[in-house]
Amino acid sequence: MTGATWLINISYFVVAVLFILGLKAMASPVSARKGIVWAGAGMVLATVVTFLTPDMRNMLLIVVALALGGSLAWWSGKVVKMTDMPQMVAIYNGMGGGAAAAIAALEFARGHVTGPVVTTLATLGALIGAVSFSGSCVAWAKLQGVMQKAFRLPAQNAVNVVLGLVTIGFGVAIVLGGHPSPLHIILFFALALLLGAVLTLPIGGADMPVVISLFNAFTGLAVGFEGYVLGNPALIIAGIVVGAAGTLLTQLMAKAMNRPLTNILFQPITGEAQAGG
Amino acid sequence: MEGFLAIYIFMLAAFTGYEVIARVPVILHTPLMSGSNFVHGVVLVGAMVALGNADPNDPLQLAIGFVAVVLGAANAAGGYVVTERMLAMFKRDDRKEAAK
Repeated sequence: MTGATWLINISYFVVAVLFILGLKAMASPVSARKGIVWAGAGMVLATVVTFLTPDMRNMLLIVVALALGGSLAWWSGKVVKMTDMPQMVAIYNGMGGGAAAAIAALEFARGHVTGPVVTTLATLGALIGAVSFSGSCVAWAKLQGVMQKAFRLPAQNAVNVVLGLVTIGFGVAIVLGGHPSPLHIILFFALALLLGAVLTLPIGGADMPVVISLFNAFTGLAVGFEGYVLGNPALIIAGIVVGAAGTLLTQLMAKAMNRPLTNILFQPITGEAQAGG
Repeated sequence: MEGFLAIYIFMLAAFTGYEVIARVPVILHTPLMSGSNFVHGVVLVGAMVALGNADPNDPLQLAIGFVAVVLGAANAAGGYVVTERMLAMFKRDDRKEAAK
């Protein structure tokens, strides 16, 4: 193990500890503010140390992308009104899901997705990440008021199930087929994006925080799975911890609203339903 | 990575995530959602490595990698700012009230 690799590995270990301690601190009002600072320090360490990864190419492109995405999000997060916070969480979360899906797409394009376990997790991460991306974008559009009404397709639940099964079918074909064609991959991503949007469209604004929390857990899982594909323990640990914490948090939020999660997802309260009943 | 070792990591990380927030008060639900949203912003690191491995002569790979890094950076930076602003409302004076 070279010096740089050793430094990177020990740093990722520290990052994992900082993230877990940070989340733990954020779960209590007394220490919540310290928590985000610890997690933030972990993120800075992880980002800086990743530049030392041996044989990195396209360094200029990485720096430009980092500066572009980071500064735009930093600025938008600073200027947004306090009441508009939930949709900002939704959109940043969607971007994380999109990043995870894009990592999977890049690894497919490089032809580096080989072996049943890696292919399964890459495909699963791509599916979950893409659903989280488009779903979070719809959630943002609704809370921001860009999309005014919740609307249900006729036979919404049947459409959800069929679309979900077709998408999963394409995913299974990728895993079993071995070397998928580019068209197959593109169709798979398109279906996954459509699925996320269709799932979220009928859900009303009041239920949205719970749904955002669910997509947050989704993104965590997607990040964890892509972490396995890349062989990066920091991604695996942070992603799965958030996946589990987010799932529990979603249940707690649904319980606080006195509405089971299945109700929120499959029997949404829409304007139409209220008028009818 | 060793296959079985990874399964253990998945399992232990899942338990950790569950236990870490098991007794969170209702008032912290939204900030904690935002905080965990920030933590999965570490996907940025994966995106950087993926773009760093991409073929410099293949525009498609570069484009996908570029998008991945932009999205990952936005997740991390935006997640931090938003969480920090939410938690800034829990000032020292508010602690007793918040603990209720």
